[in-house]
Amino acid sequence: MSAVSSAVAAVTTSGSGAGTAVVAGTGEAGSQVRRRRRLSPGRRLPAAPLVGPALVLVLWAAASAAGRLDPAAVPAPWTVLRTGVHLWTDGTLPNDILTSVRRAASGFAIGLAGGVLLALAAGLSRVGEALIDGTVQLNRAIPALGLIPLFILWLGIGETFKVAIIAIVVYIPIYLNTHAALSGIDSRFVELAEVQGLSRFQFVRQIVIPGALPGFFVGLRLGVTGSWLGLVVLEQINATSGLGYLMFQAQNYGQSDVILVGLVVYGIFGLVSDSAVRLIERRVLSWRRTLSN
Amino acid sequence: MAPHTEQLTRSAVRLRGLTRSFGGRTVLDGIDLDIPAGQFTALLGHSGSGKSTLLRAVAGLDHEVEGSGQLTAPERVSVVFQDSRLLPWRRVLDNVLLGTEGKEAAAKGREALAEVGLKGRERAWPSELSGGEAQRAALARSLVREPELLLADEPFGALDALTRIRMHGLLRELWERHRPSVLLVTHDVDEAVALAERVLVLEEGRIGVDVVIDRERPREEYREVLLGALGVTSDVR
Repeated sequence: MSAVSSAVAAVTTSGSGAGTAVVAGTGEAGSQVRRRRRLSPGRRLPAAPLVGPALVLVLWAAASAAGRLDPAAVPAPWTVLRTGVHLWTDGTLPNDILTSVRRAASGFAIGLAGGVLLALAAGLSRVGEALIDGTVQLNRAIPALGLIPLFILWLGIGETFKVAIIAIVVYIPIYLNTHAALSGIDSRFVELAEVQGLSRFQFVRQIVIPGALPGFFVGLRLGVTGSWLGLVVLEQINATSGLGYLMFQAQNYGQSDVILVGLVVYGIFGLVSDSAVRLIERRVLSWRRTLSN
Repeated sequence: MAPHTEQLTRSAVRLRGLTRSFGGRTVLDGIDLDIPAGQFTALLGHSGSGKSTLLRAVAGLDHEVEGSGQLTAPERVSVVFQDSRLLPWRRVLDNVLLGTEGKEAAAKGREALAEVGLKGRERAWPSELSGGEAQRAALARSLVREPELLLADEPFGALDALTRIRMHGLLRELWERHRPSVLLVTHDVDEAVALAERVLVLEEGRIGVDVVIDRERPREEYREVLLGALGVTSDVR
């Protein structure tokens, strides 16, 4: 082995000698080096995510101003804005928004709690896994929105059934991702916990749960999206209040501007909630930032 | 099931007829071994010779492995793995303190980090450490527990040659200061001879060679013997 390592040492020495010579050579002829053609797209443009939407808005406004769009089908941006302000000041819009947000939030909260508790029970005990996992997988196979007729029969057409459907839409992705993360914990870390003499509780709190958080956040983001999706469907099928109802009514009276106001509000809901989850995720998983940098 | 590790007040490892097998293949075949308190022992062997199985048995990590025999080990055992095994979501100091409690522990953790040359990196994330630094942190984590026995499973195997030499110096220094019994599993003959007081070679599930290293004598002699025991002859080299 020492014979081998001394041979390696000799090679390294002669190698570095050759290296010096090459460096001297390029030093003299440095100006002749031609830059390679760059294949990466280069630096990102400022405010890049806003450029496309702004362009669409400008085109829309220009086409409306030029009279190229049928105002009954696609009203001008300022008409939509005016309708929005009008609906807001007369109290219709705040009322409907409040109703919708309350539905989505209660459904989401129940779904979140249920998904996390079931995932913990299934991920931390074999009995829990046997009881829960198969059942949830079966539940997943049935599209939650397909349960609407049955739930109306059971719970009536009031708020309870809407909240229940949203909760089901939300709990499934949260359960699936959290459970997968909990059961996929690195066996090397399990061994480490044994060596360090951690109790079962310490093991769960210090290793299993922090290790499962990234998976949980994937599920959380899917759950947030799911709660809005469920809300839209429920409110447009059978509701007497809320944003979806507002839009459904507008469809009956041919008020495309009101429909657009509703869509904008839905869009804002989606953006705000997704950014909120991302912000929390960045804070909680701050140790990951150093990895991606 | 493997028998439970008995706890002795005396800090020493004692194996009697230790047998372990995986799916009918006997990996350890009735091993008898005593490691006196404070001795630095290296265990050599080919890959697949069962040296990690032996270490895991002593560490009490061989759940659901078939086996028999008697095994006694001290109460406070630390293990250093080939990978540093730092939890990526805990800062370095919190990693070192894993499994300890109380205010004194934190002070000890800082002390241990200083001892391995990581003073000032307490608040760093593991992903910010180099391979050598991460392994130093792992050493600090094992030191905090004031082990009577330190088990090391190829702890320097994943490090580059220069870092490995520095880590050899550090491990030897820590051992001289704290005097735990050490069982170092390695496949590197030079590493074993440079660090240990006693070198064992595991072959076919038994301890084939057991030599005490006299630091006065040239290392070359031991290398020949140990490489011979591992089946590496000079014409192969």
